[in-house]
Amino acid sequence: MKIMEEYFYTKNHEWVKVEDDTALIGVTDYAQHAMGQIVYVELPEVDDEFNQEDAFSVVESVKAASDIYMPASGSVLEVNEDLEDEPELINEDPYTNYICKIKLSDKTEINNLMNSKEYSSFCDK
Amino acid sequence: MEQIKRTALYDIHKKYNGNMVDFAGFELPLYYENILDEHKAVRTNAGMFDVSHMGEVAIKGEDAEKYIQNLVTNNIEVISEYGVMYTLMCYEDGGVVDDLLVYKYNSKDYLLVINASNIEQDFNWMIEQKGNYDVDINNISDNVAEVALQGPKAQMILQKLTETDLSNIKFFTFDDNVMVDNKKCLVSRTGYTGEDGFEIYTSLDNIADIWEVIMKTGKDEGLKPAGLGSRDTLRFEVALPLYGNEIDKDITPLEASLGYFVKLDTDFVGKEVLARQKEQGLSRKLIGIELIGKGIARHGYDILSNEGEKIGFITTGYQSPSVGKSVALGIVDIDYTKMGTEIKVQIRKKQVSAKVVSKKFYKKNYSK
Repeated sequence: MKIMEEYFYTKNHEWVKVEDDTALIGVTDYAQHAMGQIVYVELPEVDDEFNQEDAFSVVESVKAASDIYMPASGSVLEVNEDLEDEPELINEDPYTNYICKIKLSDKTEINNLMNSKEYSSFCDK
Repeated sequence: MEQIKRTALYDIHKKYNGNMVDFAGFELPLYYENILDEHKAVRTNAGMFDVSHMGEVAIKGEDAEKYIQNLVTNNIEVISEYGVMYTLMCYEDGGVVDDLLVYKYNSKDYLLVINASNIEQDFNWMIEQKGNYDVDINNISDNVAEVALQGPKAQMILQKLTETDLSNIKFFTFDDNVMVDNKKCLVSRTGYTGEDGFEIYTSLDNIADIWEVIMKTGKDEGLKPAGLGSRDTLRFEVALPLYGNEIDKDITPLEASLGYFVKLDTDFVGKEVLARQKEQGLSRKLIGIELIGKGIARHGYDILSNEGEKIGFITTGYQSPSVGKSVALGIVDIDYTKMGTEIKVQIRKKQVSAKVVSKKFYKKNYSK
């Protein structure tokens, strides 16, 4: 299972890559494995605002739909439109193929998340 | 809590990296490698499913034919010896107890194959319907193992393992004396995928060897082990119903568009209600749905009119692996069943545009 060192992680298996006061958000390799083949991604819309832990996207595998939760509060700056036509990109590379980019409204919330080492041991449990 | 059951192929599933889930109280593989490849293997080559979880009930006795005729909606008098028939069992109110296959040895000896999730309920219902009929009803589910070998190459693969000429086993017939790799099996030309294929029944002792020899023989033909995930996407694409989705105790066979299997000139439990329903006309019916907007319509989602009024519900929905479209089956008010009718599906917070289409998303490829 692949884990990116400089990213932060939630218990729901979302990842965050922080760049100044913005962040890219996606689902982890663990999550894409667990979900199986992804056939549809419901993206949020630009300017949508979410609080930490709000459901903001839905990733659907052949069998089921899974809610994806915001790792940190913010407003959506950009969505990865490639996923609309090629949702399987998440299976291929869940870290490059982010779901959306947000403007963080409270950067200190990142401190509540796990770093790569903590996430690695969380997944091993 | 009841302990989860394992089929005689449990160790094989582990060996083939089966991703195991609880299905109707059985620990079975949802998939081995992935659902879509297994789906494709069945459509283009062949796939093999462990269907040992299905229930089997032996009905024997002087009145076996009369008893089963009273129990089911189809006309079983027309089944030839060694013939198989699809039918439904209904409650008095016309709701479905289960759908099943009736295997006829002779008019005093039948085998009924029922859904795993309904074994106890069906068996109790069958006992309740015994009345004065001279029959013995035996639930032999725990003693029977079964695999389904499905796909255009199924016959070619299985033929390498038996001296029985499989072309003599016509669609919806069986032979109970087929030696597969020198092990006695009952083989029927039936299945649940819309492809040609066989269901192979044997003893618990033999099933693992049978599985392995078929897998080995079919390897070069592209045979893959296939799990419950592709079993569902395959049966869905050809609109074969699943109990708990398209049919259940609150849906009649006529509402589920299974009128072909209801013969109102025979007598059976629930007939009065179904005859009245046919005479008065249905108030709702199963339709095929194609999504125009984006999303996947899942089981239980609401179906709406263009004006936003609730008119029904989704029974099964997928991104169809064979045709690549987001399609669904659903039950709607009769006014909305005409092909081409524009409707909507409530997918979470969004109302997604859809239209009524043929339920047969993919054409069946049976060998008849």
